[in-house]
Amino acid sequence: MPVVSMTVNGNPVRAEVDVRTLLVQFLRETLRLTGTHVGCDTSQCGACVVHVNGVAVKSCTMLAVQAEGAEVLTIEGVARGDALHPMQEAFRQNHGLQCGYCTPGMIMTALDIVRRKGHELDDRTIREELEGNLCRCTGYHNIVKSIAAGARAMAGDDPARQQAAE
Amino acid sequence: MSTSGAGTSGTGTSGTTATGIGAPVRRKEDFRFVTGNGRYTADIDRPGQVCLHFLRSTHAHARIVRIQAGHASRMPGVLAVITGQDLAADKLGPLVCGWMIHSTDGSPMKMAPHPALTVDAVRYVGEPVAAVIAQTPEQARDAAEAIIVDYEELPAVVDPAAAQGPDAPLIHAVAPNNTIFHWQLGDAAAVADAFARAASVTSIDLVNNRLVPNAIEPRGALAEWDPGSDSYTLWNTSQNPHVARLVLSAFVGVAPEHRLRVVAPDVGGGFGSKIFIYAEEVVALAAAKRVRRPVRWICDRSEAFVADAHGRDHVTHAQMAFDRDGRILGLRVKTIANLGAYMSTFSSSIPTYLYATLLSGQYAIPAIHCAVDAVYTNTVPVDAYRGAGRPEATYVIERLMEVSARRLGVDPAELRRKNFVQTFPHQTPVIMSYDCGDYAASLDKALALADYQGFGARRRESEARGRLRGIGLSAYIEACGIAPSQAVGSLGAGVGLWESAEVRVNPTGTVEVLTGSHSHGQGHETTFAQLVSDRLGIPIDTISVVHGDTDKVQFGMGTYGSRSGAVGMSAIVKALDKVEAKARKVAAHMLEASEADIVFENGAFKVAGTDRAATFGEVALNAYIAHKFSGAELEPGLKEGAFYDPVNFTFPAGCHVCEVEIDPETGRVAIERFTAVDDFGNIINPMIVEGQVHGGIAQGIGQALMEQAVYDDSGQLVTGSYNDYVMPRAVDLPPLVVDTTVTPCPGNPLGIKGCGEAGAIAAPAAVMNAVTDALGTEEVPMPANPLTVWRVLQKAGRLQAAE
Repeated sequence: MPVVSMTVNGNPVRAEVDVRTLLVQFLRETLRLTGTHVGCDTSQCGACVVHVNGVAVKSCTMLAVQAEGAEVLTIEGVARGDALHPMQEAFRQNHGLQCGYCTPGMIMTALDIVRRKGHELDDRTIREELEGNLCRCTGYHNIVKSIAAGARAMAGDDPARQQAAE
Repeated sequence: MSTSGAGTSGTGTSGTTATGIGAPVRRKEDFRFVTGNGRYTADIDRPGQVCLHFLRSTHAHARIVRIQAGHASRMPGVLAVITGQDLAADKLGPLVCGWMIHSTDGSPMKMAPHPALTVDAVRYVGEPVAAVIAQTPEQARDAAEAIIVDYEELPAVVDPAAAQGPDAPLIHAVAPNNTIFHWQLGDAAAVADAFARAASVTSIDLVNNRLVPNAIEPRGALAEWDPGSDSYTLWNTSQNPHVARLVLSAFVGVAPEHRLRVVAPDVGGGFGSKIFIYAEEVVALAAAKRVRRPVRWICDRSEAFVADAHGRDHVTHAQMAFDRDGRILGLRVKTIANLGAYMSTFSSSIPTYLYATLLSGQYAIPAIHCAVDAVYTNTVPVDAYRGAGRPEATYVIERLMEVSARRLGVDPAELRRKNFVQTFPHQTPVIMSYDCGDYAASLDKALALADYQGFGARRRESEARGRLRGIGLSAYIEACGIAPSQAVGSLGAGVGLWESAEVRVNPTGTVEVLTGSHSHGQGHETTFAQLVSDRLGIPIDTISVVHGDTDKVQFGMGTYGSRSGAVGMSAIVKALDKVEAKARKVAAHMLEASEADIVFENGAFKVAGTDRAATFGEVALNAYIAHKFSGAELEPGLKEGAFYDPVNFTFPAGCHVCEVEIDPETGRVAIERFTAVDDFGNIINPMIVEGQVHGGIAQGIGQALMEQAVYDDSGQLVTGSYNDYVMPRAVDLPPLVVDTTVTPCPGNPLGIKGCGEAGAIAAPAAVMNAVTDALGTEEVPMPANPLTVWRVLQKAGRLQAAE
């Protein structure tokens, strides 16, 4: 079996994998980083979104071996210890989650939206940008609020944290 | 209220620091969820666990001639292949439906055997035929594909309206004409009399479209058998782990209750679909003992489309009779309810006692009669999905009201107002006794928030742009707080529907609340702690809520039917009453006062008229060190339990207003405004309540405009993945306007009615009333997706052209 190495949440990792192992399986089953979720089998739900080399990717759409040498950021790497990232805090403050299952993917997508669209996001922009993420609990109302608030909060956050998100 | 500072670090609103009843406390559970530290069933990793995969039927209806699994069982990594014969040899009983319905002639419902793995025939696409246990999921899947099943295909029927026909194939020998029951409620003679006296009658035909619940976390089960004690542990995506244990023990016979532990850890949404006891957990438990390893099954999404119970699927003809003044004289409803190929856990109760009993809506209707035929078809079993019977009832009555108003040429809001129940309690002709409400208050507030008066101008503006605009109302009622045990027992329920709670005060004054309710998104860890914080005057961070584990919580009925507040929290109130009573005795000994002189306020026990006092924490410590009283006077400790059985259902009600704009070129319906005003009684946490309403509305809009489980004539599920089954995305929904009115529920100590299902119940009728208003025809089926709407417009255009 091939060996794959990458950096996940700042930590170098290296493991033998079956070639057909998806990145999401590698993260969840091999590394036991179970914050990244699987909600479908057609790349529709977005529960598995992580960042690969700074860009949001549905980790069910690539093989682990394709991430050879990549920098991967999962939901577990977003906070700094007990200090939530401003986007995580915005989801908490705005009740942007209920069952929590889609939440990691929503937050990782939200960080990518801020990277591409900036800190002032209107309702329409956020809704269109969430086209790859499904939530069945919230009706999206508070997720949209959370992302707008989180984006604004990130503008005022310290650069080190912003770097982690980007 | 205490001001512990939980839920701080934030926006500076006062709501983030108060933690008592009525405060929008930020959720205690969120830290783990936003950091990826939730623990769902699929996240659990037991030493040596192996994988379970199901071979499922590809035919809607076929006789099984032979199953050849020899080659599969010798493939790499395979530990076992299990068939229905094996389960029968293990003496595992069938899955059961726990609510007995009797037909009009007195005969019991025709419940066919439902083995976890079928033996003789398959009756729907997706029915489990065999199970493979292997080291890896890939090996299990490969081996399942190598099992050869010889089928003898049989004709299938999927349409409930055709299931009773002479040409329909018989699905179960026990149910002639595929009819499970002919059931009725109400007074047919009184209704006939009302219609004879009527000045006018409105008639409608409706199909309530079949839905797939689609919680984003797929179902899963991890079963482990301990050979030393011959006992089992099942981690399961369940809304009600105790009920799962009871059924798996008493009916299926996996193991006696005291040797079966069921744990429902974090559960990623349920919406009803995780209430039921399914085949997969039975097989996982049986397999765990067979292979002597922990056995894990995690459902794929495409598999979930045929493995999870579906919802709705009613075909209805309804008539409403009016007098000359527009007052309702009578209602007559005939419904065929599709229960699928087997009777799921609570399937029989949904189109009967959760449906027909709500057909009076918010209106004083003197005579109602409802006849329901439940039928088998070659489709996935149908059971409760968010609202369960009440959305179907609301759709019938609220479409009738809107169509009637248009027919009579009166304002739909005013026709409703004229017929509202005005005095309480109000006994309907269909069992329910409404305890309180103010329907005009919700209507007025909703109309004001929706700017109902300004609709005409907005419609003209849309028309100027070549668009069609419509507005629709839905003045719904639901029965929640499920349920008074004696009442539901008399109606056929196999269990009581009370709830239990235990309040454990620790010597250091921290508190654990054990509840039989289960949270899978509802935020009980926060709202239940708010109740305790408010009552005991202790910081919310010193309270934890324990749920979802049959080894920790003695018993519980779980979470569904918007019951956790009205029933689950009422049980906690009862337990808190007992804790306070015991603590008073302890305080009296500590403070050397008469118990009658002890007052408890703001978290302290005080001797009335003195400055002597002890904090709750000091009393807790003294209850355990027991130095201030003798064993003859008082038992040490501070821990109390309670069971709460409600005396009535609760009746949340309200008014939702939907405004749509339709592009006639594409048939696309855009929700321009959606306004919801609900009366949930008293509210513990308005932030969480609003979230529940948002989510319900989204599912209701999904039903009205997008979602539909489609079977082709051969019984194949055409909409079997997220590529084909359209669920609302963020861009499909507008910002929602949500508000409340309050009439406190007189039936429980907190005055709560329940909020979890209102949106899903109210929204479909509001949306369809708006769509039909915009299109100028009542003949629009749900879901009103672009193709459907475009076809309606084309048909109307052709008719116009022909005139």
